[in-house]
Amino acid sequence: MSGQSQRLNVVPTVTMLGVIKARLVGATRGHALLKKKSDALTVQFRQILKKIVSTKESMGDVMKNSSFALTEAKYSAGENIKHVVLENVQNATLKVRSRQENIAGVKLPKFEYFSEGETKNDLTGLARGGQQVQACKAAYVKSIELLVELASLQTSFLTLDEAIKTTNRRVNALENVVKPRLENTVTYIKGELDELEREDFFRLKKIQGYKRREVEKQMASARLYAEEKAAEDLSLKKGITLGSAHNLLSHASQKDEDIIF
Amino acid sequence: MASRGPVRTNNSALIAMIADEDTITGFLLAGVGNVDLRRKTNYLIVDSKTTVKQIEDAFKEFTTREDIAIVLISQYVANMIRFLVDSYNKPIPAILEIPSKDHPYDPSHDSVLSRVKYLFSTESVASERR
Repeated sequence: MSGQSQRLNVVPTVTMLGVIKARLVGATRGHALLKKKSDALTVQFRQILKKIVSTKESMGDVMKNSSFALTEAKYSAGENIKHVVLENVQNATLKVRSRQENIAGVKLPKFEYFSEGETKNDLTGLARGGQQVQACKAAYVKSIELLVELASLQTSFLTLDEAIKTTNRRVNALENVVKPRLENTVTYIKGELDELEREDFFRLKKIQGYKRREVEKQMASARLYAEEKAAEDLSLKKGITLGSAHNLLSHASQKDEDIIF
Repeated sequence: MASRGPVRTNNSALIAMIADEDTITGFLLAGVGNVDLRRKTNYLIVDSKTTVKQIEDAFKEFTTREDIAIVLISQYVANMIRFLVDSYNKPIPAILEIPSKDHPYDPSHDSVLSRVKYLFSTESVASERR
């Protein structure tokens, strides 16, 4: 794996080891937190998913109802009702408002519909079929309600999807890149420090050995010197008593070559 | 998350529609329709004379307009511009595919539902949807 070989480019010192270890602790904690966040988001995501599927299914029924109500209205109020409606469009009375919901730090937009002002189509179908028109209107308002809910679910779905992807990417980055790199750095620094210690130890051993040899050599030479000195002393003493006296005598008897006459 | 636009709060937004005449009529009756000062509507009636280009332009306009929060689009219209609908991935405005009167609703064509299925191909959706 490529993560095995890589490490941070740092100076292998004890201080750096502390720093890297602190970073490793931070990365571990961040990883745990992000993992929790990802789990929370996934739970929410599943719920929304479930709701989306069920709402989509009920949407079919609601839309069928409203289409049927429209057909009823058309039947009773005449085909030209749609022209009246299309002509009467001015300002939207049914609008949506969005607010935010916060789930594990992710802002999810929520839509809700509201109506403002009076509806313009109150007099539509006054001649005939007014009741059907109002029923049709109610049915469509109901389907709008459902559709708005579905829209907010869908928006949450997309937002959450993206948030989960981002969070998972971060989790994976921490788990597979940052943490191994920090761990590699820690082992590298430890290895390097051990190596230095071994070198130091070896050098100390070496110096100790050298010193001991040196001391032994000196001791040996001192001993030798002492022995020699003792022997000399002894011989000196002997010489004085025996040898030197004998020498003196023999010197006297010998012919001295310095004396020329 | 950088691609996500700012989520506006506490102000009203419109619901845009691209659908056949009957569906539009119904929603207009409910009071969704809006005509601004330049006589621009927030809906597009799709009939046999409407070209795909017109639908595309309307879709692009509705999805880029600031005051639109939801775009309702009939499924058979969405099928005409499927590539646009599928490539659209912003959360706001939300694109909702609705069934139309004379075309039955097919959940498998829905871009969001297909994405849901793509994400959870085996586990939740299959069990949820029987």
